[in-house]
Amino acid sequence: MLRRTVSSPLGVASGILLALILLLAIFAPLLWTAQANALDVINMRQGPSAKHWLGTNILGQDIFYRVLVASRLSVGLALAATAIGVGAGLVLGTAPVILGRRAGRFITSVINVAVAFPALLLALFFAVIFGVGAQGALLAVGFASAPAFARLVRTLSASVAGLDYIAAARIAGVSRFRLLTRHVLPNIGEPLIVNATIAAGDALLSFAGLSFLGLGVQAPSYDWGQLLNDGLQDIYTRPAEALGPGVAVVVAGLAFNLFGEALAVGLGNSVPRLGKLRSALAAAAAKSKAAVQQPSSRTAAGDAVLHVRDLEVAFPGGVHPVRGVSFTVHQGEAVGLVGESGSGKSLTALAVSRLLEDPAHVAAAELTLLGQDLRTAGGGTAGGGAAGGGTGAGRGRAAGALPDRELRRFLGTKAGLVFQDPMTSFNPVKRIGTQLAEVAAEHHGLSRRQAAERAVDRLRAVRIPRPEHRARQFPHELSGGMRQRAMIGMAVMGEPALVIADEPTTALDVTVQRQVLRLLKSIQAAGDMALLFISHDITVVSQVCDRVLVMYAGKIVETLSADGLAGARHPYTRALLAAVPSMETPREEPLAVIPGRPADPANLPAGCAFAARCAFASAKCRAEDPALVAGDSGHEVACWHVDQVLAVEPTAAVPADALIADPESVNAPQVAGEPS
Amino acid sequence: MMETPQAAAATDLAVTPATPSASPWLRFAARRLGQLLASALVLVTASFLIIHLIPGDPVRAALGLNASQELVNTRRAQLGLNDPLWLQYAHYLKDLFTGHFGTSISSGLPVSQVIGQRLPFTLELAGYSFVVAVLISVPIGLILGVLTRNARRPGLELAATTVTVVVAAIPGFLLAVGLIYVFGVTLHWVPVAGQSGFTSYLLPIAAMALGPIAILVRILRIEVLAALRADYVRTARAKRLPDWRVYLLHVLPNALTATLTIGGLLLSAMVAGTVLVENVFAWPGLGQTIVQSIVSKDYPVVQGIVLVYGTGVLLVNLVVDVALALLDPRSTIRES
Repeated sequence: MLRRTVSSPLGVASGILLALILLLAIFAPLLWTAQANALDVINMRQGPSAKHWLGTNILGQDIFYRVLVASRLSVGLALAATAIGVGAGLVLGTAPVILGRRAGRFITSVINVAVAFPALLLALFFAVIFGVGAQGALLAVGFASAPAFARLVRTLSASVAGLDYIAAARIAGVSRFRLLTRHVLPNIGEPLIVNATIAAGDALLSFAGLSFLGLGVQAPSYDWGQLLNDGLQDIYTRPAEALGPGVAVVVAGLAFNLFGEALAVGLGNSVPRLGKLRSALAAAAAKSKAAVQQPSSRTAAGDAVLHVRDLEVAFPGGVHPVRGVSFTVHQGEAVGLVGESGSGKSLTALAVSRLLEDPAHVAAAELTLLGQDLRTAGGGTAGGGAAGGGTGAGRGRAAGALPDRELRRFLGTKAGLVFQDPMTSFNPVKRIGTQLAEVAAEHHGLSRRQAAERAVDRLRAVRIPRPEHRARQFPHELSGGMRQRAMIGMAVMGEPALVIADEPTTALDVTVQRQVLRLLKSIQAAGDMALLFISHDITVVSQVCDRVLVMYAGKIVETLSADGLAGARHPYTRALLAAVPSMETPREEPLAVIPGRPADPANLPAGCAFAARCAFASAKCRAEDPALVAGDSGHEVACWHVDQVLAVEPTAAVPADALIADPESVNAPQVAGEPS
Repeated sequence: MMETPQAAAATDLAVTPATPSASPWLRFAARRLGQLLASALVLVTASFLIIHLIPGDPVRAALGLNASQELVNTRRAQLGLNDPLWLQYAHYLKDLFTGHFGTSISSGLPVSQVIGQRLPFTLELAGYSFVVAVLISVPIGLILGVLTRNARRPGLELAATTVTVVVAAIPGFLLAVGLIYVFGVTLHWVPVAGQSGFTSYLLPIAAMALGPIAILVRILRIEVLAALRADYVRTARAKRLPDWRVYLLHVLPNALTATLTIGGLLLSAMVAGTVLVENVFAWPGLGQTIVQSIVSKDYPVVQGIVLVYGTGVLLVNLVVDVALALLDPRSTIRES
């Protein structure tokens, strides 16, 4: 703990400061007591001068030396009070363990009540009882911090007491007292020290407060609070007399507090160095912005709802999770985007829906919804642009691009989104109805009431029973499946031409999954909407979608119709299909898996990204990346060895043991910072 | 409220029975009221015990060594100090219920009158300071959180953290001294002491509010950052709401619920903080009175004021809990 603390700049600085203060407290009275108490009758009540740096008091005593000498009493009393607080806290906090249930519960509840009162109020209360003066104030400040320590000890020892070795010791017949002293207390020492350090700072401030009020140290003794009290009367004429001890209290209090914080950081997890990471990100972002492609104004023909050409998503640091994805979704068509986690499918969905923020960098040659260019001039709206989306998607804004406000309305009404986890995707503190109504109120100009009615209507449309009642409820009052229906209802609050569903059933259990899929499908069919369905589960995709796009390492490697999955040609698609167990899968054999790990977007190979995991990979695969080539009836595939692949029996396409993973790719780390 | 997946699936299809919407609130109210009563009992008992815990004879201590034994005896009889302890406790409770807080030993005035004169000034100071602290810290915390999200503007983040840490570590009465020096002594903008007109409020309120502002800004910024990363903010953005709506309607309420807990602690600490700040500014509130009464050993007044401060803290905690329950509908259920 100490070593880690010392390695942080804050720990070093506050540690040195604290050491200096402690040294001052030890040596100042030995060195300067004479100067501090000397009466200089000629120079009474003088301002700062070369002879008296902070001036003199009413008796002509030097304020500067008095502040130095007072450090012992101030720091000493603070440390003593903390010791009393820790001691009393240990006794009170462990008493419930030793005394047994009933007395323990009484003590615990009194502590809980006492903790609710501010320490200063407790100190005042005890100051009344123990009387005015240094001794009374010492006990008062000490006992005032006792309840907080008692609770800390109680919490810490309760967490330790649940551990296995304590249970083992208890079974071995170790007495309760011995259990406490030998097993529990040594294990709560570190957090106790951290808190005691911070508490010492607080005690120092409390003591200064009590002495300042005239309830603590009494003349002729003096601590910083007492000096401050003396000095405040003359703050108009000689401010230095009050400011000197004031600054001393603040500096000493800060030293204790900051060192305690640094200890706490050293004790906990090491804090990431955001500063450095940040500048690296910024530099990389600037570099990648230079390579934005020129937009073309040509839009997709026919009934295309969503048209994407050469979509790229990059993160600073050379991470390139989406690399030139192109596809089109037509009216009434359901298209599935399938791939392992890390394949870039979710990022594609977020980029298409303009929801990626800095530091993600999005670029596309074409990105249109109903023929409308979705690329903005970048930067989003004024004030930081959270909703505006990533910077620089087609920096040279195309001719048909909309102003930000209208783009928002266009997307808000024409594109609906359904997210993965209905538990976290609803705002927990707002009613379901309100969250749905928000869309209509914002984009359709409906009144509050009309919007609320529309929300209830949509909840009914997604077959939520008693929608009026549910609209008034909070998200936590709905089951997971019902929440996801409500989410779908929210996506169709407008008259969307496109619904993008990003793993909409992954967080649900299997029975509910089926219902939600059926609902999504029927809503889509009823509204003749286009659906972009993202999933890692190829069977789910084949149930819902007309066409399947298979993604690997940020590229589409195969597109095929959902009916034609059996005729898949890419080894990766085949591997995904083979990994799905069916009723006929022999149970005595291990399930087929795809060996190795998904490619690391930060460290992609030169050739085909799947080569390292592919049984058919050749030297050509490792050198050259195959392009997506169109075959018969819209079937496209990016593989050099389609013929070989087709020659193998599909079910046995990827026997798990036949594939030997490239050790490099196995060890490749997962990309950080990519939303799942 | 925990449902098994199967149960969740079942309720999904079936018409769900009416949820008992009133009962969690009733349970919350009952639990919270019980807590309040228990705390009040501890407070009253502690206040009662003051006079019995001090070493020696409290009346002798208050009247001084020169007072005659007869006077001391008379006062002891008046205060009922010769009765058995349980009877005194019963009398004390009865007096409190009938609004009798006793009589000041030094001035002979009823304690309720002393408190009645001084309390409004303290309430004013604490109340204004809290309102000012909230009004200033909430927008600053929100804006700082938005500006420094996704590790943007590291310089601003470092500056904000440094300033808030340092300011938060300085207690109010020392800030008061610094403020007096800068604005009263050096700049002559405001009076340094007393309670006379609008300008005399500025420094005491600033001294009271600056520390809490620093703490609240720090916490709120972190909570805003956490909320900005949440899925529901992405949902709100997917609805294409304007930025300000996302921040004010979706981020802020969630950030506030977490901040409110700390805010409550700060507010109750403010009740105690008034004692010191009042004494710096010669503010005619309870803080000066309690210190004078402690020094002059006027125990009935001390007992009365301890009760007032304690009650203030308990009420603040109650208000915060209720506000938390209203703001975050999950919290009422989570606890039960």
